[in-house]
Amino acid sequence: MIKIVLDKCTGCTLCVKSCPFAAIEIVNKKAVIDLTKCNLCGACVDVCSFEAIVIEREEEKKDVSGYKNVWVFAEQKKGLIQPVVYELLGKGKELAQQLNSQLWAVLLGADIKEKASELIERGADKVIVAEGALLANYLDEPYTQVLVDLIKKYKPEIILSGATTIGRALVSRVAVNIGAGLTADCTGLEIDPESKLLLQTRPAFGGNIMATIITPNHRPQMATVRHKVMKESQIDTSREGEVEVLNYNGKLSSRTRVLDMIDEVGKTVNLTEADIIVSGGYGLGKPENFKLIEELAEILGGAVGASRSAVDNDWIPYSHQVGQTGRTVCPKLYVACGISGQIQHLVGMQSSDVIVAINKDSEAPIFKVATYGIVGDLFEIVPLFMKRFKEILKK
Amino acid sequence: MKIIVCIKQVPDTTNVKIDPETNTLIREGVASVINPFDMYAIEEGLRIKERMAGSEVTVVSMGPPQADIALREAVSMGVDKAVLVSDRKIAGSDTWATSYILSKAIQKISDFNLILCGKQASDGDTAQVGPGISSWLDIPQVTYVKKIEKIEVDKAIVERMTEEGFDIVEIPLPCLFTVVKEINEPRLPSLKGKMKAKKIEIPIWGVDDLELDEGKIGLNGSPTRVVKIFTPSAREKGMILDGKAAESVNKIAALLEDVIIG
Repeated sequence: MIKIVLDKCTGCTLCVKSCPFAAIEIVNKKAVIDLTKCNLCGACVDVCSFEAIVIEREEEKKDVSGYKNVWVFAEQKKGLIQPVVYELLGKGKELAQQLNSQLWAVLLGADIKEKASELIERGADKVIVAEGALLANYLDEPYTQVLVDLIKKYKPEIILSGATTIGRALVSRVAVNIGAGLTADCTGLEIDPESKLLLQTRPAFGGNIMATIITPNHRPQMATVRHKVMKESQIDTSREGEVEVLNYNGKLSSRTRVLDMIDEVGKTVNLTEADIIVSGGYGLGKPENFKLIEELAEILGGAVGASRSAVDNDWIPYSHQVGQTGRTVCPKLYVACGISGQIQHLVGMQSSDVIVAINKDSEAPIFKVATYGIVGDLFEIVPLFMKRFKEILKK
Repeated sequence: MKIIVCIKQVPDTTNVKIDPETNTLIREGVASVINPFDMYAIEEGLRIKERMAGSEVTVVSMGPPQADIALREAVSMGVDKAVLVSDRKIAGSDTWATSYILSKAIQKISDFNLILCGKQASDGDTAQVGPGISSWLDIPQVTYVKKIEKIEVDKAIVERMTEEGFDIVEIPLPCLFTVVKEINEPRLPSLKGKMKAKKIEIPIWGVDDLELDEGKIGLNGSPTRVVKIFTPSAREKGMILDGKAAESVNKIAALLEDVIIG
C-alpha cells in the first residue's frame, strides 16, 4: 500500500506533476493520494526529494538460483528466421556475458534444423531445435506446449522474443502457464550490476512515459522486444556451437488450424521490419496521390506508411497505418509527407532514428519531432527528393 | 451465442497535450474513455448478436469504481449486461494477475461461447491480457483478428492480421479473439441504449466474490514490478527549413546520404 509520511511532506507538488493518473492533490500543504485512481506505479516515490512517499509490499524472497542462461525465441516464417531474431541475439549476447552464462536459441519448425547454423553464426552458443509437423507454421497451442516443456527441462533465467504478432501471443500464454513475469515491447534491456536482475525498460502511455520493470521472484524473466531498437549481431562463420534436435511428432495437439497464409506485402517491405518508411497523410488530398509516396518508398527501398486520417478516408488499407490504433514502427529513417502529427500518429513513430517532415503548415506538430523539416508543398518537394535520392544512390 | 467482451477504461491520450517546457503529459482535464481497440470488440459482439437469434453480450471491466462509466457507455451501444471487477486488493496488478482476475470473473459468468478483447490497451500497450485470459481458461485463441468470416456456435473461421498480410484460421468455440481496428466501425450509442445505461444495475465483484487467490493478485501477487518511471528525453530540436524548396531538399538530402545508402 502507498502512504504519505506527513512529517516529511513539504507540499512541494513534485509528486502531483509526476503522477500519470492525476491521483495526487495537495490539501493543507500535504500530498493526498486518491486511492481509487492510484495505480501504485511508483512515479511519485521516485521524484519525491524528501522520501515522503512509500509503497509497502510484502517482501518475500524466493530462491531462483537454479535458473541459468539467456534464451532467444527464434521466430521463423515459412522456414526463414525473422530479422528481429538477430537483434535479440545481439542483445542476448550482451546480457549473457554480464551474467557469465550462455546464449541459447530455441527454433521451432517442421524441418528446420539446417537453420540452426545461422543462429550460431549470429552468436548462439547452443540451439535447441524442436521439430514436429504441427510446428511448421505458428500455432498458439503446440508452440506453447513446446516452450513450456523446454523451460521446465532447462530452466532458463531470461527469455527474449520479438514483440511481433506471434511473439506477443505466444509468450503471454507461456508466462501464464509457467507463472513467469512478462514485460511487453521493451526498448531497453540491461542487467542490474548488483541484483543481477533484468531491467526491462518500455514505453507506456504511447511513449509519453518510460517504465523500468523487474521480475524479482519469478523465473524465467520474459520480455518481448520492439523491432529495430536493438543492434543486429554480426555474422561470424567461424563460430561453433551445440545443436540439440528434439522430435515432438505425436506429442502435440492444436485446436486451431491455419487454412491459408496470405502474403499481401509481396515484394515490398514489411512495415515493422523496414529500415526506411515513407508515410503519407491527409495532405495528399486524394487516394491517387499515394502513388507519389509509393514511388519515393521504392527509390529508397522502403515501406509505405500512412496516418489514421488517410486510412479512415479509405485512401490506403489499414495494414499501412502507423500510430496508436495502427502499428508502432522504429525505422532508421521515417519520412512524413503531408502528415500534421496528431499525438496518435506521433506515438507510433517518434522513436525512429531520423525523422523528415514535409508539411505546408509551419505550426504542424510533426515538426516538433522532426530531425529535418521542410515547410512547403509536398507535391513540389517530394519529386525533388526523388531526383536527389536517385542521384545519391547511383554513386 | 453468449458473448463476453472485456474492456478497459483508459485516459484519452489522443487528446492530451504535451507541456513544451517539461515535455510531459498535461493530464489536467484528460477524460477517461473506453480503450479504442475495445470499441471494436464491443461492436463485433453486437454484430454477432444481431446475426444470431438468442444471443447476449456481457461486458466486463476491471478497474477502479469509476470504470462503471465505461461499462455504461458500452450498454448505451447495445450491450445487454455489465459487470465491474473492483477491489482495493487488486490495484497494482500486472498483466499476469489481471488476466487471472478477469478469467475468474468470466468463470463466474460461466455461460459463454466467445470472449472478445481489443488487441491491446492504449495506456499499457502490452497485448498480453487477452492471450493471458485464454490461457487461464484453457481455451483456444486467435489474436489480431481483422475479420470474422464465419461463426457458428461450435466453430469459427477468422482472419488474423500478420506483419505480411493475414492468416485464415479455423477455431472451435468456446474461444477468445483479440480484434484490430480493421474489423468494423463502432456504432454510436442509441437513445434507447442511453436510457438503459442510466438504469442498469451493474454488480461489483471483489476478491471474495471471485474467490481469488490473494497470492496471485495486486501488487504482491504480480510477477513483474515497476521500479522506475521517467519521462523520455525529448528529441533534439530539428532543423526546419522554409526557404526555397530546391535548396532545402539539396541540403537535407546531403545530410541523409549515410542513412539511405545504409
